[in-house]
Amino acid sequence: MMNYIWTFLIVFSLISAIYYGNMGELSSGIINSGNTAVNLCISLLGTFCLWNGIMNVAEKSGLSKAFAKFLSPVLCRIFKGIKHDDEALLPISLNISSNLLGLSNAATPLGIEAMKRLAESNNNKTAPDNNMVLFVVMNTAALRLIPTTVAALRAKHQSENPLEIILPSIITSVTALTIGILTAKIFERIFKYD
Amino acid sequence: MIKVSNYILPVFVCVVILFGIYKKVDVFSTFIDGAKKGFDVFLSILPSLTALFLAVEMLKTSGGINILTFVLSPIAKLLNIPEEVLPLCILSPVSGGGSLSVYETILSEYGPDSYIGRVSSVMMGSTETTFYAIAVYYGAVGVKKIRHTAICSLCADFTSFILAGITVRLFFD
Repeated sequence: MMNYIWTFLIVFSLISAIYYGNMGELSSGIINSGNTAVNLCISLLGTFCLWNGIMNVAEKSGLSKAFAKFLSPVLCRIFKGIKHDDEALLPISLNISSNLLGLSNAATPLGIEAMKRLAESNNNKTAPDNNMVLFVVMNTAALRLIPTTVAALRAKHQSENPLEIILPSIITSVTALTIGILTAKIFERIFKYD
Repeated sequence: MIKVSNYILPVFVCVVILFGIYKKVDVFSTFIDGAKKGFDVFLSILPSLTALFLAVEMLKTSGGINILTFVLSPIAKLLNIPEEVLPLCILSPVSGGGSLSVYETILSEYGPDSYIGRVSSVMMGSTETTFYAIAVYYGAVGVKKIRHTAICSLCADFTSFILAGITVRLFFD
C-alpha cells in the first residue's frame, strides 16, 4: 500500500512541478527533506525519553495492570464474546491506556500482541472477525488524554499555552471513536464474516 | 476549563511516581531505564520519516498539494473546515510523518495560538494514521481481507475533521 501511495506522491509531484514551473523549488525541497526529518526527530527525542520513562514506572508498579482491570467492564461490553479473564484483555487495555497517554509508539507493540490473541479465537484466517476489525478501527481513531506530540510541537513553536487544546481534543476524539465503533457495529452486518 | 486541563499532566506524572514509591519501585532508575527506550523510538522512526518527508516535501514544493486542496476545497467549505488545514486532512490518514511535517509548517506559518493553529492541533491530537495502523495490525496476524475496517476508520477521521473546527470555536471564541 505504502509503495503505491509513496510512488503516486512522488510522480504526482513531478507532474505538478512541471505544471506550475516549480522545478527549482522541487529540487531544493528534495534536498531539504532529509534535514527536516532529522530536525523534527531530534526535537521530539526528549519527549520520547520522558514518556518511556514514565511508562516504565507505571508498568513496574502495576499501575498499568490496575488500569486494565478498571477498563475491563467497558471492554467486555464493546468486544462481544470476550470474557473477563480473556488473555486478549490485558494487551487491549494496555494498548488503549497507551493511546490515552499519547504514546503511539508504546501502543503499537501492545496492539500487535492484542491482535495476535484476538486472532487465536478467529477461525477464518484470511478475514478478520468483528472484534479484530473493531480493535483496528479503535486504534485508527485513537483516543488520547494527553496529546504529547502535539503539546511538544506547540511548545517548540512558542505557544503561550501548549496544553490548552486538551479538552477540545478529548471531545473530538471521543466522538470520532464513538462514530468508529458505531459504524463498525452497523457495517459488520453488511460486510459479512464468512 | 483551560486551567483544569493544565492540571492533567502534572497530576498524572505525580500519581505515577507516587504509586511507584508506594509499591516500592526504584522509581528513579526505573524511569532512566525506560527513558533509554526513547532512543530506540528515535532510531526506528527516523528512516521512515526521511522517506515520508521526501514525498511530502515534494508534494508541497511542487505545488501538488495545491491541486489536491483545490479539488477538495468545495467539500471543505461545505463542512466549515478552514482551507489552510485541508493539506493536513489529506495527509493524516495516509502518513503520520507527513501530517506531522504539514502540522509543523502550519504552526510556524500561522502560530500555535491562532484559530488555524488550534484547529490543526485538535485534528492532530484526535486522529491516528489510519492506513499505517491497518497495515501494521493486519500485517502482524497475516490477515489479507480487511472487510469494513477502512470505511469505519475514515468515517471516524471525517468526524474528527469536522469536530476540530466546531470545538475550537466553542472553547476559544
